[in-house]
Amino acid sequence: MTQALPFDSGADDVLATAAKWKAEGKKVALATVVTTWGSSPRPEGSQLAIDETGAFVGSVSGGCIEGAVVKEGLAAMKDLKPRLLDFGISNEQAWEVGLACGGKVQVFVEPLE
Amino acid sequence: MKTELLAKLQEARAAKRPVALATDLASGAQALLESGETIGDVALADDALAAAMKMLDRDESGTVEAEGRKIFVQVHNPPSRLIIVGAVHIAQALAPMASLMGYAVTIVDPRRAFATDARFPTVTLSDDWPDEAMQKLDPDRRTAVVTLTHDPKLDDPALTVALRSPAFYVGSLGSRRTHAKRLERLKEQGLTDAELARIHGPVGLNINAISPAEIAVSILGQITEVRRKDAK
Repeated sequence: MTQALPFDSGADDVLATAAKWKAEGKKVALATVVTTWGSSPRPEGSQLAIDETGAFVGSVSGGCIEGAVVKEGLAAMKDLKPRLLDFGISNEQAWEVGLACGGKVQVFVEPLE
Repeated sequence: MKTELLAKLQEARAAKRPVALATDLASGAQALLESGETIGDVALADDALAAAMKMLDRDESGTVEAEGRKIFVQVHNPPSRLIIVGAVHIAQALAPMASLMGYAVTIVDPRRAFATDARFPTVTLSDDWPDEAMQKLDPDRRTAVVTLTHDPKLDDPALTVALRSPAFYVGSLGSRRTHAKRLERLKEQGLTDAELARIHGPVGLNINAISPAEIAVSILGQITEVRRKDAK
């Protein structure tokens, strides 16, 4: 049997971790890359699982937008509503949530109910 | 996502059944797609369902339009496989690196001293004779096969099965001379030129690799190049 890897290597660990957190009684949100344009770092289907403390596994970018996605995940845990987020090229106003690579991504964030 | 739906999805994945999760991006409603059917809160007309099943077949997540709705189809196929023939030193580097890349790795070697759990703690081992092992493992188009023994009596039977399978990659370790002899032998055994042309040999990208780990990188580089050639 293939042994669990020391770090996330794909979608596998993300969903397993989300299920595990949920079973432990934590609030959980999932984020999924659903559309990409240009040179976005992670393909469609890439996922992030977030717990109520803001801890996360997986990735939806090369680290550029994870912070903003985690924030939205925490909000989704509270209002139990899914949201569709657009992230584009970074600019000075939105440097925290921009993609330095110049790509664009759309991320679906949903609570695990 | 509902916890029950996640449990069903995880169950299908654990059983290595190809399954997709369909999400209505406006409402958040979700369903599983399996064997051409939807199970859950998203209903799809025949054409949208066919488009979604095609994505599953192509191993590519994406969005389908269904009566003005955008449905994201997330594909969860079982992991691609790597079958390594020869539990040799290179395999000790190749197996964990391939696992990191998401491959389910099986090592075939009937020589018991080689294929031990102590040397390969994290992979499936088969000590069947390579042609029997390969027939059981039944390589599909999401499978790569690499032979590393450069012993004709082990590599050749494995290659004979692999080259007649839909495996997306077949590679065989050995120098140019070894490889030329191998091609002659396999030809005598009745393999066609087209079948023989599928072998990547000498195996791997030419990156001047010397150590077992470097050779593993060169092999995995080539497997990736072949697997992703349409993704450019």
